[in-house]
Amino acid sequence: MYQHDVLVIGAGLAGMRAALAAQQAGADTAIITKVTPVRSHSNAAQGGINAALTHLGDDWHEHAYETVKGSDYLGDQDAIEILAQDAGRSIIELEHMGVIFSRGPDGKLGTRHFGGQQRARTFYVADITGAAILHVLFEQILKAKTRVYEEWFVTSLIMEDGECRGVVAMEIKSGKLEVITAKAVILATGGCGRVFEPSTNGLIVTGDGMGLAYNAGAPLMDMEMTQFHPTTLKNNGILMTEAARGEGGYLLNSKGERFMEKYAPTFKELASRDVVSRSEQTEINEGRGIDGCVLLDLRHLGREAIETKLAYINEIAIDYMGFSLADKPIPVRPGYHYIMGGIKTNVDGLTKIPGLYAAGETACVSVHGGNRLGANSLLDTVVFGRRSGEHAAQMVKSKPAPKVSEARVQQDEKHIKALLDRPANGDSVAKIRLDMGNAMTENVQVFRNEQGMKTALADIKKTQERYKKVAVGNKGKVFNTSLIFALELGFMVDLAEVIVAGALARKESRGAHARTDFPDRDDVNWMKHTLAYNTENGPKLDYLPVVFTQWEPKVRSY
Amino acid sequence: MQITLKVKRYNPEATSEDKKSYFQEYKVDAPADSTVLDSLIQIREYQDESLTLRCSCRGAICGSCAMRVNGHAGLMCKTKVEKALGKNNVILVEPMGNQPVVKDLVVDMSLFFDKVRAVEPYLQPVGPEPKEERIASNEDMLHLVGVMSCIMCGACVSDCTVLEMDPNFLGPAALAKAYRFVADPRDGKTKERITEYNKYGGIWDCTRCMECVQVCPKGVDPMGRIMMLRTKADELGTKDYSYGVRHADAFEDSVKKGGKLNEAELVINTFGFFNVPKLLGMLPVAMRAAYKRKMPSLFHKSIPGVQSVRRIMSKAHEVEKVQGKKPMPR
Repeated sequence: MYQHDVLVIGAGLAGMRAALAAQQAGADTAIITKVTPVRSHSNAAQGGINAALTHLGDDWHEHAYETVKGSDYLGDQDAIEILAQDAGRSIIELEHMGVIFSRGPDGKLGTRHFGGQQRARTFYVADITGAAILHVLFEQILKAKTRVYEEWFVTSLIMEDGECRGVVAMEIKSGKLEVITAKAVILATGGCGRVFEPSTNGLIVTGDGMGLAYNAGAPLMDMEMTQFHPTTLKNNGILMTEAARGEGGYLLNSKGERFMEKYAPTFKELASRDVVSRSEQTEINEGRGIDGCVLLDLRHLGREAIETKLAYINEIAIDYMGFSLADKPIPVRPGYHYIMGGIKTNVDGLTKIPGLYAAGETACVSVHGGNRLGANSLLDTVVFGRRSGEHAAQMVKSKPAPKVSEARVQQDEKHIKALLDRPANGDSVAKIRLDMGNAMTENVQVFRNEQGMKTALADIKKTQERYKKVAVGNKGKVFNTSLIFALELGFMVDLAEVIVAGALARKESRGAHARTDFPDRDDVNWMKHTLAYNTENGPKLDYLPVVFTQWEPKVRSY
Repeated sequence: MQITLKVKRYNPEATSEDKKSYFQEYKVDAPADSTVLDSLIQIREYQDESLTLRCSCRGAICGSCAMRVNGHAGLMCKTKVEKALGKNNVILVEPMGNQPVVKDLVVDMSLFFDKVRAVEPYLQPVGPEPKEERIASNEDMLHLVGVMSCIMCGACVSDCTVLEMDPNFLGPAALAKAYRFVADPRDGKTKERITEYNKYGGIWDCTRCMECVQVCPKGVDPMGRIMMLRTKADELGTKDYSYGVRHADAFEDSVKKGGKLNEAELVINTFGFFNVPKLLGMLPVAMRAAYKRKMPSLFHKSIPGVQSVRRIMSKAHEVEKVQGKKPMPR
């Protein structure tokens, strides 16, 4: 049994930022992660991080407004104001920690253009911004000597008297379950990208935190809002950064036309992601695609710019496609990338459950609403990661250490034993995961409709039934990844259901949720957040008004 | 295409020794442009759930899937099946070296991270913290992107030939990380850092075998960074306490003097004439050399035409000066 004031689950940007904040505020803090901090999927964020820096002549109001507009007016404006106002100091803070941000000729921070924003306010490190920040936060964690439980998997939250008092977790190396008590638990486990197949997300992105919170009774919000990134590779779903277009790249159809001029005359390729993905899909659906893709053409940027500013995606092109982006345009298509929804939190990261916080992609504050702007996710992680850590550290000061019986592990041990004892039935975790992913990709896509989503829901219910009987192919104690995958799939089949249920219910088109049977935004009936509660009969939906401060909804055009 | 993956297995829970560690062959139908990781995942998902490995991003950025393929470390997500195929379409996959195996292809990387911790891997600026960003040139930041591209996969540590002999060596990854701070204009602890890295197990223990440069999947060039740290140690005048710097200087002086290396003089000039303990420490080496008839002559005659050697050397120094280049890393 271990004991801490604040326990952070997940060691990506949000998790490490939260842990640093909590520790600096004097709380005994620990991080628990199912991998090693530098393996976290924040690594894969490429393009940059947004901020309106006053001393560089920018204004946070503009950033906030463009975020509101990008969210298709579903983002809570009080939270978005905090995000935009806190952005400047967050960037400076990261720079002071050691992030090697790109510079302008005067040696001050330099910026690049990103989608949905008129001004260049995206700070970046070539096209490895996520990795460059992740590794610096890891450096800070090493400096702070924060306790990190590496390669531990959280199996459940300890809920007593309606509050969260810690977790039960398995040390993967030994297979041993332990109770770790905490006065506050912060979930920072990222998204649930593996619900879709293919996905830009890594294999570890399985929505564990969302699943843990949902099982513990916390509502998930706006889960139907899933982002399809306009430029992903066809076969493996790997991401080609938006910075490629921010640096001036073109999108071309089979006729060689820059088709975005038609859909977004002002912003063109740099319209917001939902708009660009829909435009691409329309081109493909209407027969102007190439083998299910459109082309991302960077040749005119020149070899030098490609090899310095976009070196990583160029490396990907060479590794997986066999050519440099300086020589040939690369086929891309919309691919699942990010979930705007997540565990409902307030602006301090607090969920509906006392003692339980969430931050980053796993949370829904909501700052992204119906569609997230590129480079706002990294900002979300550091701003709300820090706020959660600070708030949790204050909260725990007046709270006695929870008393949890060590016998609490038996509950999870029993569950795992039952899972391991199931006889083989020819089915497998991998097959169920793939069927779930395919069902989602087929019918809960860029364009959605009632019939398709009903099919998807039926398919997901089948995977839930199969999940109840599936056997784990490896029975060992030491590093049993087969068992971990089974536990992860348990979270994912439920999350998939929540996504489809929310999408089926929302009878309008808003942000990334585009329905062919309800093509218009309906502010009268649907200017509201979806909440999903876990019940025995699946998700129970409820709704919550959107918070407005200064921006009235307008028709959205780019 | 039909291929065979010959995988080194290790199961610590097995009842007998021969069941603990063994090779297992898997037949896989691998698409032409697929990676070794694709094949491993296919095995894990559809043939043998007990096959254990780490992997996540599939795009060479998370650093999880470093292993040895055909004897050399690399990221499996970056290794194309076509390129790795050996005789009879077999690919040999083993866990990384220099680190204890936990299970199958999973190694314990705590040694790796202990070494990273040892170089104080965080920015240490001096002076008051400015309100805004620290000013730095884009050129300096771009230079650092090369080192920051390290994803800590462990491939270089796996194949480091010095670590194989001496686990005290800080190793290529940690020293590359160290360089990242020495080369950062915002860091204020260069001298202190170099002093540390000058010690036993530090920058002078690299033998320049190039393995780390070859296996690094991200082009970080760890050995090159170690050489840059050596140059920095030389520049900072750490001669007084750095045998490494003195060894390099003594080497150059010896060649300049006689046109070829005088090993006996090299030892004395590196350690110092009065450094009796160190010199005595070299006695067994000298005796072994004598036994193998490799003992260099104590009386050294200059080679004929030594003046030409000296001219070449001074010309090289001139060229360096004119071109503004830093002295060659040694």
